[in-house]
Amino acid sequence: MTRAFKILTFQTSVLLAGILMMSVVADMAKAAPAPPAAAVTIGNFTFKAPVVTVRPGTTVTWTNGDDIPHTVVSKDGVFRSKVLDTGDRFSFTFAKAGQFGYFCSLHPHMTGTIIVKA
Amino acid sequence: MSEVEEGRRDFLKCMAWAGTGALFAFNGGIGSSIGLDQALAAPLRRTTATPFTFVQLSDSHIGFNKPPNADARATFREAIAKVKALPVQPDFIIHTGDVSQLSRDEEFDDAEQMLKATGLPVFFVPGEHDMLDPDGGKAFLNRFGKGSKGAGWYSFDHKGVHFVALVNVADLKPGGMGNLGAEQLKWLAADLAGRPSSTPIVVFAHIPLWTVYADWGWGTDDAAEALKLLARFGSVTVLNGHIHQITQKVEGRIAFHTARSTAFPQPAPGTAPSPGPLKVPAEQLHSMLGITDAMFVRGHDRIALIDSTLSA
Repeated sequence: MTRAFKILTFQTSVLLAGILMMSVVADMAKAAPAPPAAAVTIGNFTFKAPVVTVRPGTTVTWTNGDDIPHTVVSKDGVFRSKVLDTGDRFSFTFAKAGQFGYFCSLHPHMTGTIIVKA
Repeated sequence: MSEVEEGRRDFLKCMAWAGTGALFAFNGGIGSSIGLDQALAAPLRRTTATPFTFVQLSDSHIGFNKPPNADARATFREAIAKVKALPVQPDFIIHTGDVSQLSRDEEFDDAEQMLKATGLPVFFVPGEHDMLDPDGGKAFLNRFGKGSKGAGWYSFDHKGVHFVALVNVADLKPGGMGNLGAEQLKWLAADLAGRPSSTPIVVFAHIPLWTVYADWGWGTDDAAEALKLLARFGSVTVLNGHIHQITQKVEGRIAFHTARSTAFPQPAPGTAPSPGPLKVPAEQLHSMLGITDAMFVRGHDRIALIDSTLSA
């Protein structure tokens, strides 16, 4: 009898702990919404959105839609992608406010700017 | 028609008008007859060069495998077979860049092995596709740029002709086009200094050294500074790739020429939203790929360039 009660208590506590954890996770989700993100497509030798304005903490992802490789290189050395072949992506998270000019180091006439504003 | 030929024609017209002196004057040597005009005289002077040919290959893009060409290795092999079948074997080959698609070792290696089959010396300059390894061009230079300076520039002499290999795909500037850079221009000035103006010069580089189409970056920002250094020479031939089609022009005594690719054609300037592979039907592809055979004939001021396609 005592033993059965103990097992029941144990099971209940596991159950309660589980419910508690779920609610904590739910609260966390409420408190921290999905991190902000933005996307820039590369196509026809252009950055399709040449100027993008985002909030600090935003992760910008570039995707190469061309049949020719490109790169995404900050003019000021803040970020630099590897070569992006067709369909390849590059992401960078902009923590601080500022204006970030960039270009394709293979085809330098391709330029773009990310503006980060609080 | 070149200025020199125009000059010669004008001269002959002039002498025909003057009467019977024409033939004599012509046989007597145009160079001395119009010697007052040094600009025209230089290219007409017989040089010490002996006849020879060389071949230009360009934009092999080994590793490219998308429309319109599923196998750029196969078309490069066909181009090399075409070189081997030439009735007069060239003394050497120049490759004007974009050897590879993505600067991968296996791409460089395959290109090197295929070129070895010709048994001919090959002189390279890198294209922007050859600068994509993590070290920004080291993989290309280690394999194809031995003995070169800076980003891969060098010069050599062959049978009286001075060849200059320039690199305009390194350290490109945002918003710009091709770029030679101050260090290379300084080297070029020193390389050309002291050479007689009668020396025939062949310059080769990947991106055109004149602005073919600025909107697509088809030009070299500081090319004018290089051309200034070349202006005093009587015969200058500039051979480029990058744009995957033949364009040519003559400016002063400088003849410019771009070669076809062995991998895929690109649209003519401004005829498409952007550069990039022109997706032609399979049966058309070979007529848009090719090689350039360059002939240097003794006493002639210009190199004769013969472009032929892979379908011919």
